[in-house]
Parts: sequence; structure tokens; C-alpha cells
Amino acid sequence: MIVMPPPDAAVLARRGAIVAALRGIVPGEGVIDAEIGRRAFECDALTAYRQLPMVVVLPQTKAQVVEVLRYCAANKIKVVPRGAGTSLSGGALPLEDAVLLGMSKFNRIVEIDAANRCAVVQPGVTNLAVTQAAQPLGLYYAPDPSSQIACTIGGNVAENSGGVHCLKYGLTTNNVIGVELVTMEGEIVQLGGKHFDTAGYDLLGVVVGSEGMLGVVTEVVVRLLPTPPGARALLVGFPGIEGAADCVAAIIGAGIIPGGMEMMDRLAIQAAEDFVHAGYPLDVDALLIVELDGCEAEVNHLVAAVEEIARKNGATTCRVSQSEAERLLFWAGRKAAFPAVGRISPDYLCMDGTIPRKRIGEVLLRMKEMEKKFGLRCANVFHAGDGNLHPLILYDANKPGELDRAEGFGQDILRLCVEVGGVLTGEHGVGVEKRDLMGAMFNESDLNQQQRLKCAFDEDSLLNPGKVFPQLCRCAELGRVHVHGGKLRFPDLPRF
Amino acid sequence: MTLLQPKDAAEAAEMILWAGSERASLEIRAGGSKGGLGRPMRADHVLDASRLAGVVDYEPAELVLTARPGTPLKDIAALLAAQGQMLSFEPPDWRELLQGGGEPTLGGTLACNLSGPRRLRAGAARDFFLGFAGVNGRGEIFKAGGKVVKNVTGYDLCKLMAGSFGTLALLTEVTIKVMPRPENACTLLLPGLADEAAVGLMAGALNSPHEVSAAAQLPAIPARRLGFADSALTALRLEGPAPSIAFRAEALQLLFGSGPRLDAPESEAFWRKIGEVAPLLSLPGRVVWRLCPPPSVAPKLVAAILEKSPSAEHFYDWAGGLVWLSLDAADAGPDAGASLVRAALKPFGGHATLMAASEETREKVAVFEPEPPALAALTRKIKQGFDPYGALNPGRMREGA
Ligand SMILES: Cc1cc2nc3c(=O)[nH]c(=O)nc-3n(C[C@H](O)[C@H](O)[C@H](O)COP(=O)(O)OP(=O)(O)OC[C@H]3O[C@@H](n4cnc5c(N)ncnc54)[C@H](O)[C@@H]3O)c2cc1C
Repeated sequence: MIVMPPPDAAVLARRGAIVAALRGIVPGEGVIDAEIGRRAFECDALTAYRQLPMVVVLPQTKAQVVEVLRYCAANKIKVVPRGAGTSLSGGALPLEDAVLLGMSKFNRIVEIDAANRCAVVQPGVTNLAVTQAAQPLGLYYAPDPSSQIACTIGGNVAENSGGVHCLKYGLTTNNVIGVELVTMEGEIVQLGGKHFDTAGYDLLGVVVGSEGMLGVVTEVVVRLLPTPPGARALLVGFPGIEGAADCVAAIIGAGIIPGGMEMMDRLAIQAAEDFVHAGYPLDVDALLIVELDGCEAEVNHLVAAVEEIARKNGATTCRVSQSEAERLLFWAGRKAAFPAVGRISPDYLCMDGTIPRKRIGEVLLRMKEMEKKFGLRCANVFHAGDGNLHPLILYDANKPGELDRAEGFGQDILRLCVEVGGVLTGEHGVGVEKRDLMGAMFNESDLNQQQRLKCAFDEDSLLNPGKVFPQLCRCAELGRVHVHGGKLRFPDLPRF
Repeated sequence: MTLLQPKDAAEAAEMILWAGSERASLEIRAGGSKGGLGRPMRADHVLDASRLAGVVDYEPAELVLTARPGTPLKDIAALLAAQGQMLSFEPPDWRELLQGGGEPTLGGTLACNLSGPRRLRAGAARDFFLGFAGVNGRGEIFKAGGKVVKNVTGYDLCKLMAGSFGTLALLTEVTIKVMPRPENACTLLLPGLADEAAVGLMAGALNSPHEVSAAAQLPAIPARRLGFADSALTALRLEGPAPSIAFRAEALQLLFGSGPRLDAPESEAFWRKIGEVAPLLSLPGRVVWRLCPPPSVAPKLVAAILEKSPSAEHFYDWAGGLVWLSLDAADAGPDAGASLVRAALKPFGGHATLMAASEETREKVAVFEPEPPALAALTRKIKQGFDPYGALNPGRMREGA
């Protein structure tokens, strides 16, 4: 288990006064003090980690956010922002001595601006609600995490979330063009807006994916795209993982960027088929879902090309959706894969490493060996197009030692991802879960630069501490210039 | 003034440390093609990155390329073209605009976040910047990001580097995402529209499902300079497989009327010229501004400027989201029109950059949009964290930073 920073006893001792002060800022039910109310916020979707927050605050206005942060900064009280609590990495895990700042009341779609192809929304609006609001104009918001009915835009911004369509349409970072941010000091800054690019440092770019540690997002401008006029999906089965992996590489090598390209292994196919009866072939080791979107002429052209590539790579089944209903059915199994796996195991951990596509076959085989080593099963459902793996490690939290084994398994998978040239997380974030693995990918100097960025926004490390970095930021130390006796470290280097 | 030419990151780190110990500043340069971009610098020495060149790794099927930053952009483009791929953000060649020679490099392009007409749809240079290794102003070697197309591990420092104009760190290796080259392309030209109508039409085209990959509006005079007849031109580019383009071109013409069509080679040349700002080049005694307003208000913004400065010339890229503006230097006055341009922009939001002007002018005038105090404070703190001695590209973006 990952250990969180020890609580500040002085803050805990003042809890009553803190709650009273917060009530002065956010009236009525906006401050939740009773334990039963706080319980609802004790974890996010990384349910293995739980912590009752000191107090929950649900602000309704930007002015309240500013006031709460100012008060907390002045009194050195930690703050953990939260959207819908669907983070899979523990990004929204509360701290015993921190205010949990829930942004759920920021749930207004401020404007759909078709002329500028964007929407202005509050951070508590769900991902799907943006698309639903834009739909009457033939527009949509492209990033579509599987959690899109629940997760919020604020959470998406913090995690730089992806989805099945990000291969072609990009992650959150490529589709958010502005945010309004309140810093820990309570300053409001506008980063980006309805225009392109920024005039100075791209702070919008660093806020996206910063896991709630640089500021609290109070408004977001997202890019809207026209809904593709049509799409068809192919369901392609392979007798081995290798063939499926080669097929993925060949499709991209042929210059085709599908709207989505997903892979499932035997265990995942079986679980999904049992759950939603999507008509998946059960006699294959790997299944690809390839979606091609665009105008009819383009879709037909690409479907033919992909069919040909699939055949050349040894596909044993290949079905092309003949109707919109059938396309959705092909996807139904994939979209329900996590809950489907949830039906065959009391608990599971969802991992999220990315690897170079050409290593997919090899990595999946090594995971099979790890299953034996840890005595646990692992199902694979993932974004094959961009090499983003989602191994689901099945375990039973009630069996002593299984969670530890599952965590060990997960860590070995992520280390393997880094070893083959990949990364620890493709879209779920580091959070608590992968925090102590950061050293596998980054050395101290690398982490210091990231922390220097953090220090520019939050010198006292009050905003969401204990996440992402294996060690808390020591801003004073990191900011120091290395002066010894009035001189720099290397005063006598020769001239070049 | 010493010319420092590191052969690798370790040597570069030593040099930067040395500069720090001497309290000396460094101008980072590679191909030297963008020396005229930003504020002029008064650095003590030059840190020349052109030996940090060469492609390290290129895997077409992974859509990933790793190279050292001094690699000429034209080498990268040729390598990618041989595999049917490209840089999707379509980096423009601004050598004529900036009146400099030199050889654009990959590192310089990323450091300045330069993107061309396809930025509208595909994203900017920053959107394709996956990872890097570099040396900060403290002489510390570090890396960030990764070498795969999808990664959220740690803060996205690539975004911070893109558009930092070498003021935070020297890049020593960069990894970018590359994309397949579209099978085919064509451009539809719709003549005779006034700006307001054209920007409306471009918004409509972009909101249609016909995947327009570039959209520009040229008033009559700039259009004539590109060799077209005496009429405004609205240009829409389509890219993709041939049957798809044929269908979409037809559909767009049904919606918006017909006009001449440029086939792939002509289309490519046309958009290259748009990226290079060719319609406003070689006008003596002018200054050039680059404005990024919310696209829909661009014509109003331009009208407000024209009212005050009737000799101004302009055209629009990015469907209005990018306005190129040329002002008569004498009319514009000692601030090169900064107060006029920025006052006009203010009610709409966005930013304006002074692109082409004399060194004296760029020294005096805020080249990049001034930042409000809270934002400026963050900028300062970030610079302080990465480059506390102010060794790297002093004053390139802002006075004293
Ligand atoms: C079943 C399931 C499927 C999923 N599928 C996907 C998927 O396909 N792709 C994907 O990328 N992710 C997926 N996720 C993960 C998760 O949904 C995303 O990370 C999502 O963006 C989290 O949003 P949230 O509103 O729930 O944020 P939370 O979990 O509440 O918080 C996440 C982080 O955001 C911060 N935060 C929230 N709001 C703000 C704000 N206003 N200002 C500053 N910081 C803030 C928090 O501090 C925390 O660090 C899935 C999760 C589940 C449970």
C-alpha cells in the first residue's frame, strides 16, 4: 500500500474552527461536517484506498472558491479538489487533514458557441453532457472516456483523459482551448480562451494533466467538432495476439488513422460476450474493433483497405457492421468490458501503461507469465491504436494478501511498460497508485523540474499533496541557487 | 562573445554551468532562421545547437520520430515524405517574413511552437510534441514526456517548452508524433466574398461534416499578390482519399457555391504561401502583426483597425482565428501600431504579436501580448525555477525575462 503524508496535528486540532470559518464562506449544505456525509467522499474509483476527509466543501460560485483557497492558503490547510470521483489512480483521494473541495455544483453549460466551434462549460459538467448540448448543432466534444456519463470536464482536464477516439481526435489536452484557474493563493488566471494558442508560456498545456495540483479549474473552453456523418466498425478475430498486433501496425503503416482501434484478449472477450452478447467470436485469442468514420465514400474506401490488411495478417473472422445498430453492438461489448470483468471477479485493478505498438505481442505474452508468478488472472482490453494497455488484474480483496499480490503484479506490468520504451500511464494519471513508480521512468533531476513547475503555482504544497511525486516538493530547496561562499558550484570551468 | 558549440547534452550542460558561474548570458541558436522573431537579445555568448543534429529513431508504424533539435526541418520532411508521412502541424517557413536566412530546424520550430494552415484542424506544434531531453539554466540535464503517442505520466513539460523560445531550457533531443500524409488534396476557391461573409462561410464549412483542413480569406489585394484575378478569395482545403475528396468537394459546392479548384500540387503551393505570409511580403516600410482573436470576431477586429489605419492590409488564416496584418510603419508610429492593435483586440480577447519590424522597434515595443499581473507573476516564477540566473535567451520574450 502507498503511504500518504502524515496529517498535520495542528490542523486537526483546529478542525472545529476551520469548519466554522468555511461555513462563513460557503453557506448551508455547502459545508459537510457530519461523518456520514463525508463518508460519500472517502474514495474515488481506486477503491482500494480510502480516507475520510477532514471536511467537505461544495462551493457554488467562483468567489467562494477564491475565498476558500485564500483562507486555506493563509492557514496552511491542504485542499484536495474533486470532480465526480471516477479517477482510477486515486487522484481525488482525500487526506485526513485536508479540505475536500467538490466541484459538482459547477454544473452549468455556459455557452455553446458554434461560430467559434467551442463550448464554455463549468468544470462539474459531465463529459457526455457537453456532447449532448452540442448535438442539436451537429457538433460534439471528441474525448470520450468510458466513464463519460459520470466523469466531469474538470476531472478530464486534471487527468488529461482519453477515450476510444483519441487516436484520431486527440486527448483532452488537444481539445481544451481555455481554462479559468484559481491558484492556491486565490488568484484568478485565464489561460487560453476562444482563440488559438497563447502569447506566453503555454500554462494551459501544463494545467491539463496536472492532476489537480496546480490550481482549481472553475471554467473550461472546449473545442467542438462536427459529428462525423457516418461510421462503420469491423470486428476482426485472430488466432494469436501477434497477428492482431501486426494488423494494427499494418493499418497505421498504410496511412490509415481509424476513429478507434481497440483490442481484447480471450478472457476479456469471453467476459464481455457473457455479459452483453455482442456476438463476439469465442474461438479467437485476440479481437480487434476497428472503427472508420467520415463520409460514406471515405468509409467504404477505408473499410475495404482494412479488410484486405486484416486478411493478410491472418484474421480468421472479419465482420463489417451493416447498420448503425450493429456498429453499436460491436462496441457494446468493449464499452462494458470493465463491468463485465467485474462480474467474474470480486475486485480488479485497472492498469494503464502505454508501450510502443510493435511490442504489444511480446508484452502480452510476458503478462501471461506474470499471471503464473502472482497466481492471479489478468484480462486485457485496450486502446491498441495508440499502444495504451488496460490490463485488468482480477483479485479478491477479502482474501488475505491478494490486494498486495495484485498491486505487485500491476507494478511489474508498469515496469515492463517502461522497460520496453513505454510509460507508466497513458490516460488515467499517476495519482496515488503509480506515485512510487515514478522513479522507474524519471530520475531525480527530471522530477525536480516537474516540481519546480509545481512550486511556481503552489509554493507550500497545499494543493493535492501526496499525489504524483514520490517525495513532497521541497520548494525552498529546489529554488535555491547553488552559491557557495558567494560563488557558484563550478567557478573555475575553463572557457570553451 | 564566444561561440559555444556543444556536441552533446553533457557538453551543453557544462557550458551552461560555466555561463552561470560567469554570470554570463547565452543566446540559443541552431539554424539561425528565427533570429528576427521576438525581442532582440543582448546575450554575452552564443550557444549554437547546430551540432546537436541527426535523427535518433524513426518508426513509421509507431508514428513517432526522435531527433536532435538542430536537425534541419527539410531533412525531417524528406525522411517523412519517403514513408508517406508528414508533420501534421505544417510548420511555415518565415525566413522571408523575418528577413533572415538560415535553416529552420526541428528544435527551433518546437521552441517557437510554429504551426501553419492545418493547425486549424490538426493542432499546433505543441500538440505533436511528445517528449524531450534538455538542459535548464542551472546546467541540469533532465527529460520529460515519453516516446509513445499517449502519455500522461507527470506534468506535460513539452507544452511548457513549446512556445518558450529557448528561455527555459536548451532542448537536446525531441520526440514528436508524425502523421500519414493524406492520399490526396484539393482546394476550393470561392471568389468575391467580403470578410464578414467569408468568416461566416468558413465557420459553416468547418462545422459541416466535410472535414475542411484549412480555411483562409484573402481580400482582393492580397489575392492579386498571389497571382489571382482582382477579387477576394475564400479558400477551403480538403484532404483524404480521392473518392472522399470528390464527394466532399461536391457537397461543399452545393452548400456554398462553386469556384475554381486547385488540385494537389497547386493546393500545396497555395497553402505554403499562406503559411509564409506571402500575400503581405515584400512591401517596403511596413511592420507585420500576427493576431489570434476568437475566429468569429476577426472581421470586426480588422474593421476597427482599418478605421484608424486605412493603409493597413490583412488576410485571414485558420478561418479567422489568425489575422495577418501589415501596417505602414510611418502611419503606425513609434510603437509600430501596438497600442492601436492591442486596443482593438482588447474587447474580443486573444493576443497580438509583432512579427516583422526593425530591431529598434522590437526592443521598445512589447513583441508578445503583455500578461495581466497574476499571470505575469506565474511566468516569472517559472522562469526563476528553470533559469534563475537569467542565462538563457535573456529578454527574448519579455523585458528582463
Ligand atoms: C469505469 C471507468 C472507466 C473509465 N474510462 C476511462 C477512459 O476510457 N479514459 C480515461 O482517460 N479515463 C477513464 N476513467 C478514469 C476517469 O473517469 C477519468 O480520469 C476522469 O477524467 C476523472 O474525472 P472525475 O470528474 O471523476 O474526476 P475525479 O476523479 O473527481 O478527480 C480526478 C482528478 O481531478 C482533480 N480535479 C477534479 N476536478 C477539478 C477541478 N475543477 N480543478 C482542479 N482539479 C480537479 C482531482 O483533484 C483529481 O486529481 C474511467 C474510470 C472509470 C471508473
